[in-house]
Amino acid sequence: MFSNFDFDVILRSLPYLFFDGMTFTLTLTGLAALGGLIFGTLIALMRLSGLKLLGRVAGLYVDLMRSLPLVLVIFWFYFLVPYIGQWLTGSSRPIHVGAFASSLVTFIIFEAAYFSEIMRAGIQSISSGQPAAAQALGLTYSQTMRYVVLPQAFRNMLPVLLTQTIVLFQDTSLVYVLSIPDFLGAASKVAQRDGRLVEMYLFAAIIYFIVSCFASFGVRRLQARIAYVH
Amino acid sequence: MKHPRIIGLALAAAFCWGSANAEELTGTLKNIKESGAITLGYRESSIPFSYLDDNQKPIGFAMDICYRIVDAVKKELKLDKLEVRLNPVTPSTRIPLMANGTIDLECGSTTNNTERQKQVSFTNTHFLTASRFVSKKSSNLNSIDDLKGKSVVSTSGSTNIKQLTEANAARNMGVNIITAKDHGEGFLMVEIDRAVAFVMDDILLASFIAGSKDPDAYVISKDAFSKPEPYGIVMRKDDPAFKKVVDDATAALYQSAEGQKLYDKWFMEKIPPKGLNLNTPIGPELKHEFAKPSDSPDPDSYKAM
Amino acid sequence: MNYHWNWHIFFEPSPTGTGDYLDMLLSGLVLTIETALCAWIIALTTGSIVGVMRTLPSKAASWFGFGWVEFFRNMPLLVQLFIWFFVLPELLPPSWGLWMKQMPNAPFYTAAIGIGLFMSARVAEQTRAGINSLPRGQKLAATALGLTTAQTYRYVLLPMAFRIIMPPLTSEFLSTIKNTSVAITIGLIELTGAARAMQEFSFQVFEAFTGATVLYLLINLVVVIAMRFLERAVAIPGYITGK
Repeated sequence: MFSNFDFDVILRSLPYLFFDGMTFTLTLTGLAALGGLIFGTLIALMRLSGLKLLGRVAGLYVDLMRSLPLVLVIFWFYFLVPYIGQWLTGSSRPIHVGAFASSLVTFIIFEAAYFSEIMRAGIQSISSGQPAAAQALGLTYSQTMRYVVLPQAFRNMLPVLLTQTIVLFQDTSLVYVLSIPDFLGAASKVAQRDGRLVEMYLFAAIIYFIVSCFASFGVRRLQARIAYVH
Repeated sequence: MKHPRIIGLALAAAFCWGSANAEELTGTLKNIKESGAITLGYRESSIPFSYLDDNQKPIGFAMDICYRIVDAVKKELKLDKLEVRLNPVTPSTRIPLMANGTIDLECGSTTNNTERQKQVSFTNTHFLTASRFVSKKSSNLNSIDDLKGKSVVSTSGSTNIKQLTEANAARNMGVNIITAKDHGEGFLMVEIDRAVAFVMDDILLASFIAGSKDPDAYVISKDAFSKPEPYGIVMRKDDPAFKKVVDDATAALYQSAEGQKLYDKWFMEKIPPKGLNLNTPIGPELKHEFAKPSDSPDPDSYKAM
Repeated sequence: MNYHWNWHIFFEPSPTGTGDYLDMLLSGLVLTIETALCAWIIALTTGSIVGVMRTLPSKAASWFGFGWVEFFRNMPLLVQLFIWFFVLPELLPPSWGLWMKQMPNAPFYTAAIGIGLFMSARVAEQTRAGINSLPRGQKLAATALGLTTAQTYRYVLLPMAFRIIMPPLTSEFLSTIKNTSVAITIGLIELTGAARAMQEFSFQVFEAFTGATVLYLLINLVVVIAMRFLERAVAIPGYITGK
């Protein structure tokens, strides 16, 4: 079964796989998680703000993003972002957007819907005594959010947020559909060029498995420690 | 604090006035001048037109033509430096990416036809090729009708998959059409017996066979799905100023001795990365077209001398 | 905008010769639903079994369940589909591999099984959470009444657990439907794939994807409403799930 397994092709392509592919994947994951968290928290605040229109718009956005497959959203934004750029900057033609920028926009906007649901649960889980006390102390809405509610919500939901980031890490592999060179895309290119599908795909699977395993193990330990503090 | 702004605006106005004297730049030329960069779309496995070498750098016949075009654009816009950005494309992304501004020129093996000319423009033809299929000799498939009921692969977004789909419907062949993202994947499907045949332009098929592990195992069909159709480098529609620069550059290249040398470099000599020699002498129709460059999408307009 | 809109494209004939572009999207929709249903059946059956195994007293069953869930959760779905589709046929004896590759609907079966197994890990986790959320007294009382472990699960624990986890299972089913779109990478022309094909043949990018978006939203609506009916139909009045 493994008689003519070619380890050599894996070794030869390691630099390309990790310096080009994995860097792309990790950078995309990190930036999209950060952007998604910030944008998602904003959306969550919109939904909880008590202003009906704002809440409705935010709710529609979350429902839309959660109903659509990520693959479809990736296609949408890849072709749409230059037109959005044209509209935003008022230029006469669509502006040039690279593959990374377009993927980043896609993942931030898509994941923000999921992060917003997590943050919304986090904010709602804070006892109402907290914002009440803050108001009694004379803090404004934004000060309450910034100094009292959000830090606590964030710490409570940290394990869930990190788990969602691991899911995001795995989801970045879907940029494959546009031949964008992330880790899986890089492995795939080497596989097709050298005709070594088995070796490359198994190697990619093992790497994803190891990274996700370690990450979820780390999150579980973090969860145990946070639980202890409370 | 206001003075620097006024001075800046005055300088800008003077600059605009100065360049307006020469010619009002529009469209792609304007974009290139303002950003100082031009973006070329390249292919990853369209040997020998546009493909990646061992260092993952795009090279090829169409790439070399594009670099000559870039030189002409640089001269036309009187720029000291013109940054060349490279963006990978596949058959299914090349036209939308051209339309949405991501790439300015697509340098590959794109077939020029009237339907595509509704969305984009082509410059003078750089190759002529017909749609055929490759299969393993052991499968014993000689004509298109032999493909009845079998699994056949082609690249999504190509004219070939469209021709295959139409032939399948018209002749009621019951073919199971598999789509591949790019040509490399398509040929791989035949290599691993996932598909019995791969429909693609015959020059590309020849280069895949030459580069495969066992070239003698494959055969290209004599039957063709189409007449020899022209390849052209793609650019945006409705941009006559840019088209003129590109057309002039390609016409000058093809009519010169350099054009013939460039052709021989990619088709008659050893090419990277494996040092293959495709040994395809220039056909009479293409020779005639090089002497009299044309961007016509009609295959019948390309006749031998 | 330099884009030429053409909403009539849906009614223009597609090159596949089987009708217009709208028919192409609808046949993609049918394939999406078929794949999702098959995958969901696989996910429910295997997932429930694995979830139950994780709550069993037996150490071996518990570890097997843990391993199963970790294996399918820590790899992206796309990578898993590639393993089933590209790698497995190469590792089997040549004749079996060839049979797998030449099978007429290979992408469909691979997608259904691959997505089914991927989702089974999540169903297993939900089942485990559902069973663990039941009061401890239930299991103890069942043992006191003389029921065996199998009978305890069948008559006491599982009926309640499944009612409790119906809402999360609904969202897992919606996830399954969305995950079918990943199968376009192994050649399954489901709804997203059909929209892509429509975009490639007609160059009308945004019309094609809008059509697919609308159809996905419709599926979502139908599934959510149907599950709400189901929940109400099987609810036990007076319990957490009953209203």
